[in-house]
Amino acid sequence: MTTLLGWLAALSLAVGAVMGFGVAPREVTQGNVQRIMYLHVPTAWVAYLAFGVVLVASIAYLVQRRPGADRVAHASAEVGVIFTGLTIAAGSIWGKPTWGTWWTWDARLTSVAVLFVMYLGYLLLRGMIDDPERAARYCAVLGIVAALDVPLVHFSVYWWRTLHQPPSVLKPGAATMPPAILAALLVNLAAFTLLYVYFVAKRVRLLRAESEALA
Amino acid sequence: MAWKDLLVERRSKETLNALLFFALALLFVFQFALDADRERLAAVLPGLLWLAFILSGMLGLGRVFLVERENDCWEGLLLAPGDKSAIYLGKLAGSLALMFVVEAIVLALFALFFNVDLVPVLPGLTLVIALGTLGFAAIGTLFAAMTAQARARELLFPVLLLPVLVPVLLGTVKATEALLLREPLADVAHWLKLLVAADVIYVVAGLLTFDFILEG
Repeated sequence: MTTLLGWLAALSLAVGAVMGFGVAPREVTQGNVQRIMYLHVPTAWVAYLAFGVVLVASIAYLVQRRPGADRVAHASAEVGVIFTGLTIAAGSIWGKPTWGTWWTWDARLTSVAVLFVMYLGYLLLRGMIDDPERAARYCAVLGIVAALDVPLVHFSVYWWRTLHQPPSVLKPGAATMPPAILAALLVNLAAFTLLYVYFVAKRVRLLRAESEALA
Repeated sequence: MAWKDLLVERRSKETLNALLFFALALLFVFQFALDADRERLAAVLPGLLWLAFILSGMLGLGRVFLVERENDCWEGLLLAPGDKSAIYLGKLAGSLALMFVVEAIVLALFALFFNVDLVPVLPGLTLVIALGTLGFAAIGTLFAAMTAQARARELLFPVLLLPVLVPVLLGTVKATEALLLREPLADVAHWLKLLVAADVIYVVAGLLTFDFILEG
């Protein structure tokens, strides 16, 4: 099942790459740099999806106390942090030629960066508690608190930046997308979602094997 | 169970003294780092003020559950009869009292050392500080209980706390800034609303999840 998922993810990623590089046209103003979007947007989506899954799995763990839910939360947080990192990296690579800077304290960039640090702390907490049952409980609490914090971070950072400088300049043109570009984006979104599910499934299996070996 | 906080208060005297000296040392550091350029100082004053609050508060809060741990009373907390959220509220009240005392003194020292007239803005400032401190202490108390049982807890506590507190930090600093510029509070009403929302969310989250932390 997991193997099948892996092949599906690989296949759809390949299709996504072909769509992104071959089928989708070159963007007029940004040139080929714009193609980073086919990586950037899906990774950002997967990051948010992953942290949402952490929230749901955390609540499920506290209610049902099944180690499986905790493993899902753990795996999802790890994958989420990686994809947040990828989002920031890809955004930087795109930002340098487009905005002329690797990093700017724009509202969206800042809130993603805060998210990144927050869930790094979550993984750190996991590693720092020796008793696995206690680590699961504490991390579930943190997973819930962190998710509740996301909208607060979003609003505060948005106000913090937009009151002073409107982000309109920094926002990538959300103008109507040509269908070819949209199709490439959607294929990549699906591909990265599959990849996320595959990673989490693989990691959960690994975590289960780990805890069985230790038990 | 709410008597807990009285105990915390009495105990915190030893923490309080150290915290005050820490805050005083911080003021010196700020002064040396920024030198006495009045205009520059005025521009960064709200940030400095909250930096002092956060740093001293973080040191104080990190210790909230250490006394139980050091004195092997953690089991006592676990076995305490009744609702665990009462322990949370008690600890929260204790942390709040401690932080308010430190903040009041830091504020007075700020006015004195940096020569700012805080008296006209004091009512608004008190409101902002109260809102900010409540959110800070609500999450801080929860995280302090979590990290009390972890390795490298002195390090872990701020690492967990700071990113989660970004909204509170932004809100308080922005509101304080507006106050010091003598702007009416209505101009920063959205920040105050955000702080209130953060406080409610944090306290409710703390109350609901504290049970799970004190399970074992």
